[in-house]
Amino acid sequence: MKPSTFVHHAPLSAEEALAVLAEYGHDAKVLAGGQSLIPILNMRLAAPGHLVDINRVVGLDTIEVTPQAVHIGALVRHAQLERHVDAFAHLPLLRQALVNVAHPVIRNRGTTVGSIAHADPSGEMPAVLALTNGYVDVASSRGTRTVAARDFFLGPLESCLAEDEMATGASFGRFPACTGTAFAESTRRHGDYALAGVAAAVTVIDGLITSARASFVSVTPTPDVLDLGELLAGITPQDADWGTAAELAREHVDPDSDIHASAQYRRMLVGVLTACVLAEAASNATAPKA
Amino acid sequence: MSETTQTAAEPLLEITLSVNGVRRTAVAPARRLLSDFLRHELRLTGTHVGCEHGVCGACTVLVDGTAMRSCLMFAVTAQDHEITTVEGLARSVDGTDTGTPTMNPVQQAFIECHGLQCGFCTPGFLTTITAYLQENPEPTETEAREAISGNLCRCTGYQNIVKSVLRAAEIQALGAAETTNERGATA
Amino acid sequence: MTTAMFGAPVQRREDPRLVTGNGRYLDDLGQGALAAAFVRSPYAHARILDIDVTDAIEVPGVIAIYTHEDLDGHTAERLPLLIPHPSLTNPMTGYCLAPEVVNHVGEAIVMVVATDRYVAEDTCERITVDYEQLPVVVGLEKSRAAEVLVHAEAPGNCAAHMVQEVGDAAAAIAAAPHRLSLSLQVERSASTPMEGKGVYARWDSDEQSIRLYSSTQTSTGVRAAVAAKLGMPLAKVECIAPDVGGGFGVKIMHPWPEEVLIPWAARRLDAEVKWVEDRREHFISSAHERAQIQDVEVGFDDAGRVLGLSVKFWHDNGAYTPYGIIVPIITSTQLLGPYKPGAYRCEFFSMYTNTVIVTPYRGAGRPQGVFAMERTMDAIADYLGLDRTDVRSANFIQVEDMPYDHGLLFQDGRPLIYDSGDFPATLAKLKALVGWDDFAAYKQQAEAEGRRVGLGIGCYVEGTGVGPYEGGHIQIETSGRVNVSTGLTSQGQGHQTAFAQIVADELGVPIEDVFVTTGDTRRFGYAVGTFASRAAVMSGNAIALAARNVREKALRIAGEALEVDPGDLDIVDGIVRVKGDPESSIALATVAVLSNPLRYAFDESAQAATQFAGTGPMDYSKPPVAEGEEPGLEGKDYYSPPRATFANGMHAAIVETDPQTAEITILRYCVVHDCGRMINPMIVEGQVHGGVAQGVGGALYERMVYDDAGQLLNASFMDFLMPYASEVPHIETDHLETPSPLNPLGIKGAGEAGCIPVSAAIASAIEDAEGFPITSMPISPDELWDLRRQHAEGLIPDLRRGSRTVAMTNRTTKTTKTTKTSSTTPATPNA
Repeated sequence: MKPSTFVHHAPLSAEEALAVLAEYGHDAKVLAGGQSLIPILNMRLAAPGHLVDINRVVGLDTIEVTPQAVHIGALVRHAQLERHVDAFAHLPLLRQALVNVAHPVIRNRGTTVGSIAHADPSGEMPAVLALTNGYVDVASSRGTRTVAARDFFLGPLESCLAEDEMATGASFGRFPACTGTAFAESTRRHGDYALAGVAAAVTVIDGLITSARASFVSVTPTPDVLDLGELLAGITPQDADWGTAAELAREHVDPDSDIHASAQYRRMLVGVLTACVLAEAASNATAPKA
Repeated sequence: MSETTQTAAEPLLEITLSVNGVRRTAVAPARRLLSDFLRHELRLTGTHVGCEHGVCGACTVLVDGTAMRSCLMFAVTAQDHEITTVEGLARSVDGTDTGTPTMNPVQQAFIECHGLQCGFCTPGFLTTITAYLQENPEPTETEAREAISGNLCRCTGYQNIVKSVLRAAEIQALGAAETTNERGATA
Repeated sequence: MTTAMFGAPVQRREDPRLVTGNGRYLDDLGQGALAAAFVRSPYAHARILDIDVTDAIEVPGVIAIYTHEDLDGHTAERLPLLIPHPSLTNPMTGYCLAPEVVNHVGEAIVMVVATDRYVAEDTCERITVDYEQLPVVVGLEKSRAAEVLVHAEAPGNCAAHMVQEVGDAAAAIAAAPHRLSLSLQVERSASTPMEGKGVYARWDSDEQSIRLYSSTQTSTGVRAAVAAKLGMPLAKVECIAPDVGGGFGVKIMHPWPEEVLIPWAARRLDAEVKWVEDRREHFISSAHERAQIQDVEVGFDDAGRVLGLSVKFWHDNGAYTPYGIIVPIITSTQLLGPYKPGAYRCEFFSMYTNTVIVTPYRGAGRPQGVFAMERTMDAIADYLGLDRTDVRSANFIQVEDMPYDHGLLFQDGRPLIYDSGDFPATLAKLKALVGWDDFAAYKQQAEAEGRRVGLGIGCYVEGTGVGPYEGGHIQIETSGRVNVSTGLTSQGQGHQTAFAQIVADELGVPIEDVFVTTGDTRRFGYAVGTFASRAAVMSGNAIALAARNVREKALRIAGEALEVDPGDLDIVDGIVRVKGDPESSIALATVAVLSNPLRYAFDESAQAATQFAGTGPMDYSKPPVAEGEEPGLEGKDYYSPPRATFANGMHAAIVETDPQTAEITILRYCVVHDCGRMINPMIVEGQVHGGVAQGVGGALYERMVYDDAGQLLNASFMDFLMPYASEVPHIETDHLETPSPLNPLGIKGAGEAGCIPVSAAIASAIEDAEGFPITSMPISPDELWDLRRQHAEGLIPDLRRGSRTVAMTNRTTKTTKTTKTSSTTPATPNA
């Protein structure tokens, strides 16, 4: 299974990369981690005439933690973000989700921004981007823009990136103080694509839930966020009706059937996982800080 | 039926990698996967190809010391990086080739613990585990099993590979202790 | 050093080479060879209307493009039917390149040869084939309904129909105090070695000969088939199996189209040509196995003794039958396991479908047979309210019954006679290992905690070491090096170690001096192959016998040199010495020198054998090489058994199922296994581990999914779920050794043991956890969850229903990719 021929571009700067995309974007793919793209090329499911290999572009591998967000460049590898002490301290959901992305060796090379741009409904990080009200930095030779998560994903494997555009970074919003997060997914084998996954963020202030939100993996065509505030706000975690929350989640999602699991089964999993991560997130919210 | 003889016309790039401490240069097209470049352009056939979609792990090599799937990289992207293949695991710590067929602790452990049968998946395990033990030198059995859960093996049922990870950790620790003792003795 | 090698866990001699990246697998060879790739059918059943290569011949680097029209002589004819059988009345084999009709997705139509594989694939993309699609048959139910035929020559889609019967099963069942019927199903899986197939051929135009390397389990088989197809003398074709990255049965099938086409192209082009299968090709153009639908009728008494057993099953053989009906024959004979039913009838139909061919995969039909029998045993126990091991014990063949003749013919065409085995002892060990009697208490405790756990069991007997023969050749060089060769092949079983252990013990030489070659027709030309857990039994014994021949000759020559009776001599560490007088000795290396009378001394040690070097009085009436003798210290022998030797084993599994998600976890997996005397217990245990892992894969994860159009939906490792280490449990093993009385070493085969009863044991355990019958494997969490729903709705009965005839049907149609439908009407059997 060998890829078709392509012209290889190895720009050293973002401007160079964008210039290539400006000219060849209609028949080009951007290569960052390649862990999703190269299998597709090897199987000849895609045969772009041009490959814009951005692995030499300087300045795209930084992780910056600000009071509002964790901001990453396009060449930040999953493993790098997973291990980042500051990022974990201020937005633990990132690592909670990242340890579920494929296998460690894949994470050593795959990039988080790349997996967001890939817009796979089975991707974990798009769901995290959505739940954290994140956004994507998009650039082209025409200029730059930021696109909120809710506008970035158009459909399965379809983002809003124009042919000449490239995602140069992403920003995950930090949660307010007293927020706990959790992530869980169910797979057939260790490291497989999730049959279903749920990320949750629950804010508990003075013992009462003030916010509870969840986003999903593999069971919605694009990542979206379910706000459970109406059901859960003003209640203590001990009295919270996770069961009804699970029901709402089950109704909210739109899973497909495939050879690994039926839609009904995935829907059931969403319920089980939602109840589980909400409880865990609530517990993390009230856990004493180290 | 058609028989023709034509020469390849695809543009070739001169690609230089450092492999097992040695700078190697060969020409190949941009689409040449790192796995194929190592095996065919550089004739280092120790790295094996099992699937070409990143699932089986047989092709795993170290890129600047970090384990990566060589079937999911192009040789041209790997340029100017330090690649370590199974053939290079036995180099001594300071990077020189000892010149004798020595083995690193992981390779030794695999032999002691019957961690291989057909040997096809083995190079991918050896590189993965070598890198793992650099960061996690004292794994529990559960951690050892998880560490190898990204590589497929059809022969061993994994049990002896788990044993090999734990034994390799032992051998590595013994080696480190000896080095410390030697240093202490000569100081 | 007098430690015995036989029975010792000697570290493998193969390993230093393999762990340092110095293996020599197929694709490591022939670096300068041209590369082949194939255009393969995208349709499951179609007629080829036109092949247009216009765009393809312009690709830079393409060397040649071949279709069926280009094939000459026998290469244009169908591939051989390897194992004919009187019941295989409608056999069908394919062509190297399909001439007109393709019968499964993946069938080869065009061969491209180019400068490298990348270019070859580019070329394949530019070849346009026009097809007329034909109706497709996928799945056993559609096949036996026979509204559409795969081959016009096979009415009813039936390749073979076979009945074996001992006693009158129908009458015995009718007369029995109790009766049960079961409908069972096993799904398709595959060997899936980590290295796919590969062929590398060199044509020597000076010698007009072919040297062929193939990642095969039978180099002698491939050699013969290729010589026949290419119309070449056998003496002009050599075949070598290099290091092989796993076989598990798929590489015993031969000749693959590529095994014929690659040497054919090499000869045609006068060039080295190589083909290395990629993963997708392996999925769609190798072989699969396992799919069967089974109907069981059993009559039994109050103790659960089987008075009559009647099994009818349909076996999916895919689009062609090159390997004959070996797999279903093995199912029908090995189904009996360690039991002696009063009367037995087994009827099977081997059916065509427009899918990949079915040839043996580790277990080779035994897992399916064991599944049928073990589900039946559990059903009987449940019906009577008896312990499942007590029911099995009541049916065991006892030690005093051995040898036990079932009155049937086995897959080797020889009588199915168990030579030895102590099934009660095996069971006792298993019960002790897993804590069978303690489980009820554990289960109660677990249930109190809201957990669902279950204990299951699976027992099997495996006929191993089938003939017709294998051979061994030993040669001791004047340096003391011992060369051993045998014709069968190796794919990780440690033959270079195990066989060296045998020779080291038989000859009394250090194992470091012993070098074993397998699978090279240049070194040993008569062999069958590595399959059916036969290599240790067959080649092990042949090599032992050859070693004994050499030893005898060596002692005779040494005796003459030392002027003692050979009976007073022993060989220790490569030195022949007089028992009780170690000073009086001669090195085996020197004996080797003396065994070959020379005119020319090629080195100093050889001088002792030259014509003027003799010490003491010479008997000039005797020729240097005596009549009936040969020069050199060599021995060759063959082992050809009258029939197979029967290993056995029993597995127990403890599983936990999640009450909500139905995810299945194996908490413990226990194996007790009897393969007679073990040459290298470490290797045997490794084989068991690997087999269990494949068994777990087949029970919980692996299933080939075809849609109605015959497309294989999971032709990649992403979607065909082979287990990682995280999915395979820790395996606890114990051993029993009932030596085989049939061969000099007393050994039995072990290669397939691990995988044979796993689906049965896990089904048994899940059923125990859930409280309703499990009759179809593999099973996924989704499927178990759906069965729970059906059970809750009353569509599936509880276990322990009481004393009336119970039909437990749990068959679902599995060929669609969306939600499954459940059918409770037993399908009408084909006449």
